[in-house]
Amino acid sequence: MKFAVIVFPGSNCDHDMANALRDVCHCTVDLVPATATTLAGYDAVVLPGGFSYGDYLRSGAIARLAPVMTAVKAMAAAGKPVLGVCNGFQILTEAGLLPGALRANRSSQFICQTSTLRISNPHTRFTTAYAGQATIQLPIAHGEGNYYCDEATLAELRQHHQIVFEYVDNPNGSVANIAGIMNRQGNVLGMMPHPERAVEALLGSIDGLGVFASLIAHEEESHA
Amino acid sequence: MYLVKVTVTYKESILDPKGEAINDALQRLGYRDVQSVELGKYFELRIAKSDRPIAEQVAEMCDRLLANVNMETYDYEITEMEAQS
Repeated sequence: MKFAVIVFPGSNCDHDMANALRDVCHCTVDLVPATATTLAGYDAVVLPGGFSYGDYLRSGAIARLAPVMTAVKAMAAAGKPVLGVCNGFQILTEAGLLPGALRANRSSQFICQTSTLRISNPHTRFTTAYAGQATIQLPIAHGEGNYYCDEATLAELRQHHQIVFEYVDNPNGSVANIAGIMNRQGNVLGMMPHPERAVEALLGSIDGLGVFASLIAHEEESHA
Repeated sequence: MYLVKVTVTYKESILDPKGEAINDALQRLGYRDVQSVELGKYFELRIAKSDRPIAEQVAEMCDRLLANVNMETYDYEITEMEAQS
C-alpha cells in the first residue's frame, strides 16, 4: 500500500508518520510537499500533525489553500482513504472535508499527555483491527483540540456513526467528548490523538497500530 | 480605494478561554468592574475599487477565509479613501 504523507511548511509529525507506515507497517511512503499538484499513484494520503503555516489566522486555515489540497480533495471524492492527525484534523475541518471546527482547549493550555479513548465505531476502515478492544491509549499534544459543532451537526454525526474515537476523560472540552470523526462516506478520518506516536512498545504503547493495520487490511481486501 | 476594518470574534455560544484568562488577569490588577473580556481578531484591508460591490466582496472574504463561520462571527466597516496623489 502506497501512502503520501503531506509536508506543509511547519508540519512536524511527518517523519514520525512516515516511520510508522514504512518501518513498522512496511508500506511504501513518500513525503510529498504541499506544493505538489497531483497524488496520482497513491492509495492513501495522510495530513500529519504540526503547526502548518505557523497556525496563522487559525490552525489549518492557510494549509487548506495549499496547492496539494486540490489533489487531497480529489482523493477524498474518489473514496480513497484520507487521514488527518492533529493539525491534519484541523486542516480537514478548515477544508470542509469534515464538519465542525477545533477551538482552543477549554483550559487554554497546551495539553501533552496520554489519553484513554473509546472506540466509538469499530466498523470503519480505520478501526476494524480494534475489534474487541473497548479502549486504547494514545498520546495527545495540542493547544487547539477542543472540537466544536452545532447541535444539528452532532445529531447528524451520531445518526451516521461518524464519531470514531471519544475521550474517556475529556481533556480539552470537546463537544460530546469527540476525539476523532469521519465523513459520512467513511473514507476521511480526522483525529486529534497521535496513532503514529504509539506504534512500538519501546515508545510506551502500540495502540496506534490498529489505525494503520485496519487501513492496510481494508486495502488488501478491496484488491483481493 | 477603500479602507476596510474587519473584526472577527467567537460566536456567543463558544467558550473563549483566552478572553477568560485576560479577564482573570485584569481582576488581579484590581479592575473588579470588568464583567467579561472577549478576544477577537482585527484586520485592515486596502482594496482597490472595482465593478464588484465592495461590501459583497468583503463579506465573501470573511465567509471564505477571515472567519470560520462554524464558530466565529464578523463585522466590518468600509470607508472610502481619497485617491493618493
